[in-house]
Amino acid sequence: MQQIAPTPAALEIHGLIKRFDRPAVDGLELTVRAGEFYALVGPNGAGKTTTLRMIAGLLRPDAGSIHVGGIDALSDPVAAKQIVAWVSDEPMIYDKLTPREYLEFVSGLWGVASALAASRADALLDWLDLAPHADERCESFSKGMRQKIALAGALVHEPRVIILDEPLTGLDAGSARQVKNVLRERARSGGTIIMTTHILEVAERMADRIGIIAHGKLIAEGTLEELRRQAGTDAHAREGGSLEETFLALVAEPAQAA
Amino acid sequence: MSATAGTAVWFAQHESRLVWRDWISMITAGRRERLRVVAIGVVAFILFMHFVAYWVVGPHAGAAIDKQTLLTITTSALLSWMLMISQAMESITRAFYARSDLDLILASPVNSNKLFGVRIATIALGTTLMALPLAAPFIDVLIARGGWRWLGAYGLIVAMGAAAAALAVGLTVALFRVLGARRTRFVAQVIAAIIGAAFVIGLQVVAILSYGTISRAALLQSKTLLALAPGLDSALWWPARAALGQILPLAAVLAASFALLAAAVVLVAPRFGNYAIAAAGIGNASIVRSRRNAFRKRLSPRGALRRKEWILLRRDPWLMSQTLMQMLYLVPPALMLWRGFDQDNSALQLVVPVLVMAAGQLAGGLAWLAISGEDAPDLVATAPVPRHFILRAKIEAVLGAVILIFAPLVAAIAVASPWHALIATAGIAIAAAASTAVQFWFRSQAKRSQFRRRQVSSRLATFTEAFSSIGWAATAAVATASIWLAMAPAVLALLVLGGAYLLSPRARNAW
Repeated sequence: MQQIAPTPAALEIHGLIKRFDRPAVDGLELTVRAGEFYALVGPNGAGKTTTLRMIAGLLRPDAGSIHVGGIDALSDPVAAKQIVAWVSDEPMIYDKLTPREYLEFVSGLWGVASALAASRADALLDWLDLAPHADERCESFSKGMRQKIALAGALVHEPRVIILDEPLTGLDAGSARQVKNVLRERARSGGTIIMTTHILEVAERMADRIGIIAHGKLIAEGTLEELRRQAGTDAHAREGGSLEETFLALVAEPAQAA
Repeated sequence: MSATAGTAVWFAQHESRLVWRDWISMITAGRRERLRVVAIGVVAFILFMHFVAYWVVGPHAGAAIDKQTLLTITTSALLSWMLMISQAMESITRAFYARSDLDLILASPVNSNKLFGVRIATIALGTTLMALPLAAPFIDVLIARGGWRWLGAYGLIVAMGAAAAALAVGLTVALFRVLGARRTRFVAQVIAAIIGAAFVIGLQVVAILSYGTISRAALLQSKTLLALAPGLDSALWWPARAALGQILPLAAVLAASFALLAAAVVLVAPRFGNYAIAAAGIGNASIVRSRRNAFRKRLSPRGALRRKEWILLRRDPWLMSQTLMQMLYLVPPALMLWRGFDQDNSALQLVVPVLVMAAGQLAGGLAWLAISGEDAPDLVATAPVPRHFILRAKIEAVLGAVILIFAPLVAAIAVASPWHALIATAGIAIAAAASTAVQFWFRSQAKRSQFRRRQVSSRLATFTEAFSSIGWAATAAVATASIWLAMAPAVLALLVLGGAYLLSPRARNAW
């Protein structure tokens, strides 16, 4: 009988540690399945951004392992980066480039063939309502437009895993909806999305699974229903309670223990 | 004690606190623990400058008040004044465009005219204070050797600061009215950058064309110029007479300068808010279109990085103004080259080191922009290419730009003397590579818009870059006569570079 090889997880993290003045990430264990929309939530300073920056190859961990799509991101970072895209809360684009030039640059970095890159760029610019501004320099753009350009840059090389750190911060309702639609569509077409957010409603509506991180550790994980159960008998985490109530109940426990 | 809120004095306290903290932050590169070291360094520098001043102006302290003395003082004052206007224009452009508190001030119920008036006066004060440490050693030596009459020179510096600020405000506002908010920023930066250099270069050009020498002194001491100069009783000599301590000219120069400053405050302060609002709105009001055939050919990651760097360098107004200034400094040696074309090679011995020096300085600026001034560091760092690969592409972009600028000049030298062209090529390549290496060793992530402050982020890098460029220029100068003798400055330059490498964060991290 032919054995079917198991599909590698989109992301596997074991014993991840990163210390600055104090432990920022403290023995984190995390697995995200391929094609999953995973939201990482937690209080300020919980270690969310540090974790994502280590996955994206922007920070080197003190200990632990990170595998992206089965590739060891620490021993072969270039291969891992090939299938990953990173979008931060502060869109980092070049003021003096146009969106089209920016996408050309990103395509070049990821080695996308120019004809393919051009058609993808046109489609993305169209999709994100950026086509009328495709040849204007980015210096005059609003935060929402800049974030959409950064997102287009992340999508133009068709990554298997997209990592987003607070992508909706500072966006107006229209831009936020467009970004959410793009991410939802990407997840539907098989991409893996890993996202941090402070907006719990977004995590609740969009994510397949939610991970709650506090003090550098994953303290709870699962669907909203599973999280409610993990929150146990807490009065706030009753049946039908929002993620906000569940989150506050779960985060309060380690804080009290500490 | 604090003044009543909303008064001019209260605003002056607020402004002086901001200016003081900004200045401390600038000289200490944001690390207050360095303050003592920096203070010792400043005192040592001022003491050293007194020795230099003793040697330069000491013998002339007792000069009689004749045309030659008045002409020399007037020219020196005019040169300093040009630099002060340049500094003041830089400050006023920043005040219009980059002061982050403008929204707060304009949204508050206080009368902002007072603050803007104070702000213009503060620019005058700042311009004067920047000039004083450089002028003070010379004035002190003149006082020590020539008597108290030279105290008037301090008064002249104060007058020059006030007049420079007033003129800079007038110029910037005129640009605003003629060109609009968007173009003013770029044009004002260019004018500020070249205005200081233009006077020196102008004198050198006249000296070369008239006397075949780059020396300004030859021009200033020439009989022709002295014959053309106005009589001793002319009002044009009042600033020089003020410096020499004559009370009436000093009072007149001070009164005229402060009247100019007062006029600038009275006329511009009420409109300052409108200009600032116009400047703040340029991001939304103006759209720059850049149609280029993107995606025309397949780009390798290295090619994509190189192309990005070149586009950004080309579209950077601050860099353009700096480059323009570098090119201006090349005008006198280029002129000498042209004049000496059909004669001997003596002009080339001067031109080659100037080119080497300029290449080192230009490469340093470009390298900072390409290596440290990355606006999307996360994007580049997450690209699937090795880190050294990214750096190599950026360095290629820098050296490519240097080649583009200097190749025509070297080609012109090659026509006159292939040997000198060879030395120039080697010197330019080494000086540019050395400056790039310094920026690489001392790289630290920054926004490109912080280019103006790159010198303060690491003084060691700044001094190394300057001394390295000087060292390689000296090497090239000596090499035109003797390759063996050129080893000495070359070894010195290498020692400077080696020492800087050992002290650089890169070496410390490697160990």
